[in-house]
Amino acid sequence: MTHHKHPQILLALASSILLMSAAWSLQASQIASSHLINPGELLKLLQSSKSEKPLLIQVGSHVLYAQAHIPGSEYIGPASDAGGLQRLRTRVDSLPRNKFIVIYCGCCPWNHCPNLKPADDALHAMGFTNVKTLYIADNFGTDWVDKGYPVAKGE
Amino acid sequence: MRKQFVTAVLVFVVIAVGYTLYRHRSTATHSPAAQHVVAPDFTLSQLSGQQLRLSDYRGKVVLLDFWATWCEPCRKETPFFIDLQNRYRDKDLQIIGVSMDDGPEPVRDFYKQFNMNYPVVMGSAKIGEEYGGVLGLPIAFLLDRQGRIYARHMGATDVSVLEKEIRTLLQSN
Repeated sequence: MTHHKHPQILLALASSILLMSAAWSLQASQIASSHLINPGELLKLLQSSKSEKPLLIQVGSHVLYAQAHIPGSEYIGPASDAGGLQRLRTRVDSLPRNKFIVIYCGCCPWNHCPNLKPADDALHAMGFTNVKTLYIADNFGTDWVDKGYPVAKGE
Repeated sequence: MRKQFVTAVLVFVVIAVGYTLYRHRSTATHSPAAQHVVAPDFTLSQLSGQQLRLSDYRGKVVLLDFWATWCEPCRKETPFFIDLQNRYRDKDLQIIGVSMDDGPEPVRDFYKQFNMNYPVVMGSAKIGEEYGGVLGLPIAFLLDRQGRIYARHMGATDVSVLEKEIRTLLQSN
């Protein structure tokens, strides 16, 4: 009998958990941790003379890219819209499927970025096996520029 | 057994809520009154095509909100800004949205969908740089009646904090 003592409370708690789980499962937070690379790791890799250099692709807004981006990275556009996603597919289509690719955005806090998950999904669906997503916790300003990491401006 | 389960669930919920609040925190920066700098002036096109000059709003308290339609925290706070504009319009609050979208089409749709009640201009990399770099959204600048930057809120805004600041500024000359 005690098992049914507080069904409303249990229901409310279960609903809360479900809602929070749904919120957390959205967007970039769904990307597998094995697909991620931290800003510090990427920087080391870019500065190393021995490491293979990745193709760096920014999949966020152009206004943000024009203010600051990782030197050498290419602007593709927001992968949250069909046009951006298609440009991404077109850009990489001719590349060998083991090409090292790093995608990044940094438009918003990680859990809210709408661009990275679609881009990560698209590249893996095309058969790319060496794709990493740059984990930017808050935004590109805080997690890259403010740390003094190299930055380029302009188109 | 059931009691332990409920306790465990409660602990999980408390930790989860705490983590969520931490991750979505807004960082606000204030500087002493003497150090308040005048916000960079600009003239930008509104969605209607009309030009908006920031300095035309001197005498009002201005909330300058850098946002974008694809930015989820921005979308979530828009209804709060609409409400603030409604409640404080007669007391001289003016909210101005600066969209960092790459083009005006989605902004027009969003404006209609949300029945926005304050002007929105299309931003640019140049205006972002003039405001110290808008390299993550949302960012809100609160300007006093003299057009000086009173506060800068980075990330989703704590509306109660923002409203308190707005009231403070509205009460000052």
